[in-house]
Amino acid sequence: MNKILFSAVSKKFVMALAGLFLLLFLPVHLGINLMLLKDDPQPFNSAAHFMATFPLVKVVEVLLFLTILIHVVYGITLQIQNWLSRPVRYEVSNRAETSAFSRFMIWTGGSVLIFLIIHFFNFYFIKLGLVEGDPENFYAIAWQLFTIPGYVILYWVCFILLGFHLFHALQSAFQTLGLNNDFWTPVIKGLSLIYAIVVPLGFAVIPLVIWLIK
Amino acid sequence: MPDMKFKLKIWRQKNEKTKGSFVSYDLDNVSPDMSFLEMLDALNKRLVESGKEPVAFDHDCREGICGSCGMYINGLPHGPVPGLTTCHLAMRYFNDGDSITIEPWRAKAFPVIKDLIVDRSAFDRIQVAGGFISVTAGAASEANAILITKTKSDEAFDSAICIGCGACVASCKNASAMLFVSAKISQFALLPQGHVEAKARVRAMVQEMDRQGFGNCSNTGACEARCPKQIKLTNIARLNREYYKAY
Ligand code: SF4
Ligand code: FES
Repeated sequence: MNKILFSAVSKKFVMALAGLFLLLFLPVHLGINLMLLKDDPQPFNSAAHFMATFPLVKVVEVLLFLTILIHVVYGITLQIQNWLSRPVRYEVSNRAETSAFSRFMIWTGGSVLIFLIIHFFNFYFIKLGLVEGDPENFYAIAWQLFTIPGYVILYWVCFILLGFHLFHALQSAFQTLGLNNDFWTPVIKGLSLIYAIVVPLGFAVIPLVIWLIK
Repeated sequence: MPDMKFKLKIWRQKNEKTKGSFVSYDLDNVSPDMSFLEMLDALNKRLVESGKEPVAFDHDCREGICGSCGMYINGLPHGPVPGLTTCHLAMRYFNDGDSITIEPWRAKAFPVIKDLIVDRSAFDRIQVAGGFISVTAGAASEANAILITKTKSDEAFDSAICIGCGACVASCKNASAMLFVSAKISQFALLPQGHVEAKARVRAMVQEMDRQGFGNCSNTGACEARCPKQIKLTNIARLNREYYKAY
């Protein structure tokens, strides 16, 4: 059993499935965030309220947390194993023609994780009652955060890094799941590029628009 | 073309147990038509004549088919020219006066035995685990008894030309052996003869690959970029499919 769950192929399979699930979630989150652009806090707050209370969403929420956890734990485990498989480094670093996005997944992923933790402190933990704040008015919290220049810069940097992560992630997941051929691979690569630009950009414009409105 | 000069920086290591280090050599009178291995032969001749220990490197066929001549040249397995093994690499691909750093493959699963020679028997153990088809020995069977399309046979051949050199492991940032194993799986998965033992084969080979201490594939593609036989990443996707089918 262990051999099946933790073989080199299975670990990647789990990573890919978990990653794809997270890729599905991001646009949903973006959809809700875009309501921040409305002057009226109501739609955003109700959406946040709905996400916090509707039972089915609760199930998805638990699933989402598990997925993040699995993706992170597997990702770190794989990376440590990979580092250990080459105990002596090369004198001249590798010049093989590969995409930088694929080489820095652990770092782009790690930055996203750090942002996620900050994000949890700002919102999610308030809902859980772990951090002080008004769980019924996330709209005000978000607007407030977007007035802090340091926060916005960090937010942008993290979304750029997320874009880098996503660009390799999407195509890599399909390769891991076994889909690689002359017809689909270029299509998937194209879609990865579009996804990796559009989704992070969607998040990134929100504070910008809020600034312009003010 | 006139003869060339090189500044060589070569990894020297007495045996598995001792620590190695780089030693620099100046070599002149190198003909541009020499292969990389012939250039090393010329260096060794000089070393032997001056009573020094020659540089140990692995080689056999010197025509790109045995896979033993792997070395890491200036940050690239088998040197700068894609699709060539070190034995096929001619010195004219370098510039006169170039500095060339030569290192052995670096991977936990490929320990250095001496200088540039590594122990690649981890590959053999993966092959022994499942990289074969069981046939009854005896008279060769009728070649056309099982019909195979030309496309399939070509595709299987493209995988079968993997020479087991280990450049994929050497260039992978994770020292993963997935390209090698996927080529060995694919050459059988693509042919009807390989289907009988397909499930047991892929399970056993992946398990053995893990046991040998290779890293995990991160779909980076350095292997495909540096494989002298240009084995494609589609093989790795096929290996993954075969593995899922086996459970
Ligand atoms: S896949 Fe290519 S690089 Fe890897 S062992 Fe085979 S021939 Fe060498
Ligand atoms: S010596 Fe056989 S492949 Fe180079």
